[in-house]
Amino acid sequence: MTIAIHVTDLTRRFGDLVAVDRISFEIVQGEIFGLLGPNGAGKTTTLSMLSTMLEPTFGTAEIMGIDIKKDQDGVRKAIGIVFQDQSLDEELTAWENMDFHGRLYRLPKEIREQRIDELLKLVELSDRKNDIVKTFSGGMRRRLEIARGLLHHPQVLFLDEPTLGLDPQTRNHLWKYIEILAKEKNITIILTTHYMEEADRLCNRIAIIDHGKIIALDTPAQLKDSIGGDVVTIQSPDTEKIATTLVAPWISRIESHDDEVRITLVNAEQHISTIVTRLNEEKIPITSISVHKPTLEDVFLSFTGKTIRERDADSKEAMRMHFRMMRH
Amino acid sequence: MEIIYTIWLRSMKRFVRSKSRIFGSIAMPLFLLLFLGLGLNSVVNASSLGQEYVMFLVPGMVAMSVLFSSIFSGLQIIWDKQFGFLKETLVAPVSRLEIMLGQTAGGATTSVLQGLILMVFSVLIGLRIQNPVGFFIALAFMILVGIGFTAFGIAIASRMEDMTGFQLIMNFVIFPLFGLSGALFPISSLPAWLVPVTLMDPLTYGVEGIRFGLTGVSQINPVVCAAVVAGFAVAMTAIGAYLFRKISI
Repeated sequence: MTIAIHVTDLTRRFGDLVAVDRISFEIVQGEIFGLLGPNGAGKTTTLSMLSTMLEPTFGTAEIMGIDIKKDQDGVRKAIGIVFQDQSLDEELTAWENMDFHGRLYRLPKEIREQRIDELLKLVELSDRKNDIVKTFSGGMRRRLEIARGLLHHPQVLFLDEPTLGLDPQTRNHLWKYIEILAKEKNITIILTTHYMEEADRLCNRIAIIDHGKIIALDTPAQLKDSIGGDVVTIQSPDTEKIATTLVAPWISRIESHDDEVRITLVNAEQHISTIVTRLNEEKIPITSISVHKPTLEDVFLSFTGKTIRERDADSKEAMRMHFRMMRH
Repeated sequence: MEIIYTIWLRSMKRFVRSKSRIFGSIAMPLFLLLFLGLGLNSVVNASSLGQEYVMFLVPGMVAMSVLFSSIFSGLQIIWDKQFGFLKETLVAPVSRLEIMLGQTAGGATTSVLQGLILMVFSVLIGLRIQNPVGFFIALAFMILVGIGFTAFGIAIASRMEDMTGFQLIMNFVIFPLFGLSGALFPISSLPAWLVPVTLMDPLTYGVEGIRFGLTGVSQINPVVCAAVVAGFAVAMTAIGAYLFRKISI
């Protein structure tokens, strides 16, 4: 197994804000590796450093054996990147956007034209190739960007929130492409996302990242196993009382968030009637109750004590505070 | 060279496709030429100019259209930054110098084309170019002005986050450059204290150089004009390249 990406103690500070805090990991060639975390966790900053767009404050990384600090051009040739925000020229056609990219990477004319046709076919944009990008939908633009990122045959592909803001159908469509790429072309893919299901569906391994630190790194299955059982979610107006009422050796954890309580336990199906009986005895109203196998959302919750949505809100607030301070 | 050509090619494609933009930026100097030129032609004392006022105005308006469109082409970088396209070029294995030179070449070409379009209109209202050599002299000056001010625009754009400062640049940079350049009136008619200010404006030398080419008359020695404008183009390209190297997105 070849190591495609090797990251050691990578750190980035912006003033006194530590965006990425001494992260280290290795990615094997052909792997789909996910960086999962809320907005502002440091995912994009990590990608920016790995793609040589941003200098690390400390630490280093190698991509296909090339040092990101010592040989930036070497790294740039080896990688393809699809940015979080759109980066197409809207006034050029799909074909021209591809052609521009091919020329920037110095591909000879025949190879360039052959690959453009091939890739536009792959992302099903062949019949729109001479249309101006301005007329494209969000999903089409995303597909075009992925095709463009592959044009110079990168060994590593970075996808920063590849399906952000896309409808579920297009998202499914894109997931299939990404899987094909990793499997058939043996491209190493590192993607950031804050969609749990996306990470779960696509990634061989996931690094959960929060406040610039990797707090867990494993396969989706093992991350979910680490929770230690199933999850019972009870919605109720009186969540705090539930937490104090339910005490039993088979409950491994119990947490309340907003108007719901999450109980982690082994063999939930066997214990659910006991739970309901206990709550009825104490006259605690139950709005709804559900049992489910643990998801990455639960994993995130167990590691950070918050849901990813709560964290998103936190980081937006933090960001606002940060900018407010910068302005004064 | 390939990379410079690639970026130049993009500018050309965008230019050809933006008919409304071409027309929009040609309209202002053309209207000024028509209204001021034809309106003031009989009022302005022609003898001090050695020619009719409207013909005096033509080189000024050609220079104006080159100035405006070259600075805007340089400022284009800000749009590329905002719409994300700049990242696509910056993350490619190419040097920033190549990107900057490509952008400069593209901006200079489009602005010279705009100047030429205006020249064609001028011929329609009576401009008679003295000889082919004169035309090429004017063209050379237009190219130098185009290069210098595109690079100037890139230098400014490299330091700007978004377009909020645009009005400021328009009113405090572009317009004074134009107004002080002697595009609208002979430098000699200004009060003595203002003349040095005019002589500090690089566009003055561009206007005079183009004027020399098109009409055979200029108030500043054309060789001096050529030296100053060429020096300005080189200096701005160097400064623009330096600032663009440090651009962050």
